[in-house]
Amino acid sequence: MSTEKLSSSSAKRASAEPGSAEPGSAEPGFVGSDSVGIVVPQSHTFTEPLELACGRRLQDYTLVYETYGELNADKSNAVLICHALSGHHHAAGRHRPEDKRPGWWDHYIGPGKPIDTNRFFVVSLNNLGGCHGSTGPASTNPQTGKPWGPDFPPLRARDWVHSQARLADLLGIEQWAAVVGGSLGGMQAMRWSLEYPERLRHCVVIASALKLSAQNIAFNETARQAITSDPDFCGGRYLEQGKLPRRGLAVARMIGHITYLSDDGLGKKFGRELRSGTFERGVEEQVEFQVQSYLRYQGDTFSTSFDPNTYILMTHALDYFDLAREYGDDPVAAFRQARCKFLLVAFTSDWRFAPDRSREIVDALMHANLPVSYAEIESAMGHDAFLLPNERYQRVFGAYMDGVAAETAGEVN
Amino acid sequence: MRIDLDIIQNWIAPQTRVLDLGCGDGTLLEQLGKNKQVRGYGLEIDPQQIERCLLRGVNVVEQNLDAGLGNFADDSFDTVVMTQALQTLRQPHLVVREMLRVGRECIITFPNFGQWKARWHLAFSGRMPVSDLLPYEWYDTPNIHFCTFRDFEVLSRENNWTILHRQVVSESKVSGLFKDILPNLFGETAIYHLTR
Repeated sequence: MSTEKLSSSSAKRASAEPGSAEPGSAEPGFVGSDSVGIVVPQSHTFTEPLELACGRRLQDYTLVYETYGELNADKSNAVLICHALSGHHHAAGRHRPEDKRPGWWDHYIGPGKPIDTNRFFVVSLNNLGGCHGSTGPASTNPQTGKPWGPDFPPLRARDWVHSQARLADLLGIEQWAAVVGGSLGGMQAMRWSLEYPERLRHCVVIASALKLSAQNIAFNETARQAITSDPDFCGGRYLEQGKLPRRGLAVARMIGHITYLSDDGLGKKFGRELRSGTFERGVEEQVEFQVQSYLRYQGDTFSTSFDPNTYILMTHALDYFDLAREYGDDPVAAFRQARCKFLLVAFTSDWRFAPDRSREIVDALMHANLPVSYAEIESAMGHDAFLLPNERYQRVFGAYMDGVAAETAGEVN
Repeated sequence: MRIDLDIIQNWIAPQTRVLDLGCGDGTLLEQLGKNKQVRGYGLEIDPQQIERCLLRGVNVVEQNLDAGLGNFADDSFDTVVMTQALQTLRQPHLVVREMLRVGRECIITFPNFGQWKARWHLAFSGRMPVSDLLPYEWYDTPNIHFCTFRDFEVLSRENNWTILHRQVVSESKVSGLFKDILPNLFGETAIYHLTR
């Protein structure tokens, strides 16, 4: 869910955790042999109106996307990456050699990595409603000439899936070798398997769920309240007013961030270490724990790079998602639409999308008689684990994608 | 291919649904898929074995058998298989009961602790048997519930399980000669085909 975090946190982490070897936080300008290298985002404006799940329609819209690797002759090796709550199209490589950090999933996309760009053609887009170049609440509403703001139509995972299908059409991809996503991205991947069963051969769902729990919705609501109660929110029309509810968005991000990590993970990273101040008698220096400054840094950085209305829109989409709602609340009946093979992955310390949520998906898939594999990865990193290096996760993901690549190559012969 | 896996294949009908408990590297499911168009899933907890399954394209689900099979509906499989895992379970009898709930039939293989080598070892050295087949020291072994063929048949009788087939396997020559006459003394591995 918190893809932005990976890049925005590394600077801070480096001081908190000097020994941490993250390929992502290498020297600026470093582009290793396992990197997709310098990438250039592309964009396309779709002029055929898109009917949305809410009943409204978008007359036209722009999607910004990146691709890595080469599409093979029969266009059978394409992999779609669906991003999570705060993600975007820049999943791998660097935009400029001097970029401090690569794309948000660079650990998992690149030559020789689980999503091996020597074998796959990878497509990663910024979803509709996003704030990194695709049409969203910060874009101009053609009817008013002003920013959409709160008038931007509410979106659901299926709207993203339909717009992603248009992108596939544009690129000439009739069928994805795999649709892959973590968290909210996993929800899109599952929706793909029901909406376009013939258009994907594999569905990789990482740290996701059939629907959010009440506790999850509660966290999202608290985050939204933090944003909307900021006086600078202006009912969502902050751009028109030349304002930005930065403090609200920062608090929303802090709340989210705590829940994406685990008690154990935070404990290991920061413990009760002080950043400044002392408890010594007679010394009046304000005590500040490391974890405080870390969280504030997370919130601050995020609040300058993300649109508050997009955050609200994305968290609503998460809350509304319920894979089986229209199938009589029966996930087995829902998955009976699907034709692809599935890989599910969950992480032991993830309490927002706990392993039990993934097991519900696995059980439903087995009842629906669909091919599925499942691995539960030991990690102390909470929900964020799906973005971070982890040896077993890399091997499991890699082994599965190896099979996908072999199958794809077999079809070519 | 292990002999026991060969025999198991013969007992499984084509195009049926199979659940393989403790599926290891997925060899059996892969063979069943290729030779008999059998569909199914393997349950496994060993990370390395899970990866081997994934590389073969075998459906493998990380699940601990000691936690039961509560996530599977009655009669959801034609056959539930468990090879060489019975002796590692906390409550083997409950797992077999579950296997017969989830599947109409089940196939179970396990090492025979009543085999003469084990008896000889215990009788004459006075120590727990350690052999090629069971290479663990007593304090550091995944095998916590050993039984003999006779023990298993007593359990089957008590639970009214019907034994459809039984086959005894021995790798060594001496045991191979006598395994059919005195299976509980000479058989190394038992393969039982059960139904309710």
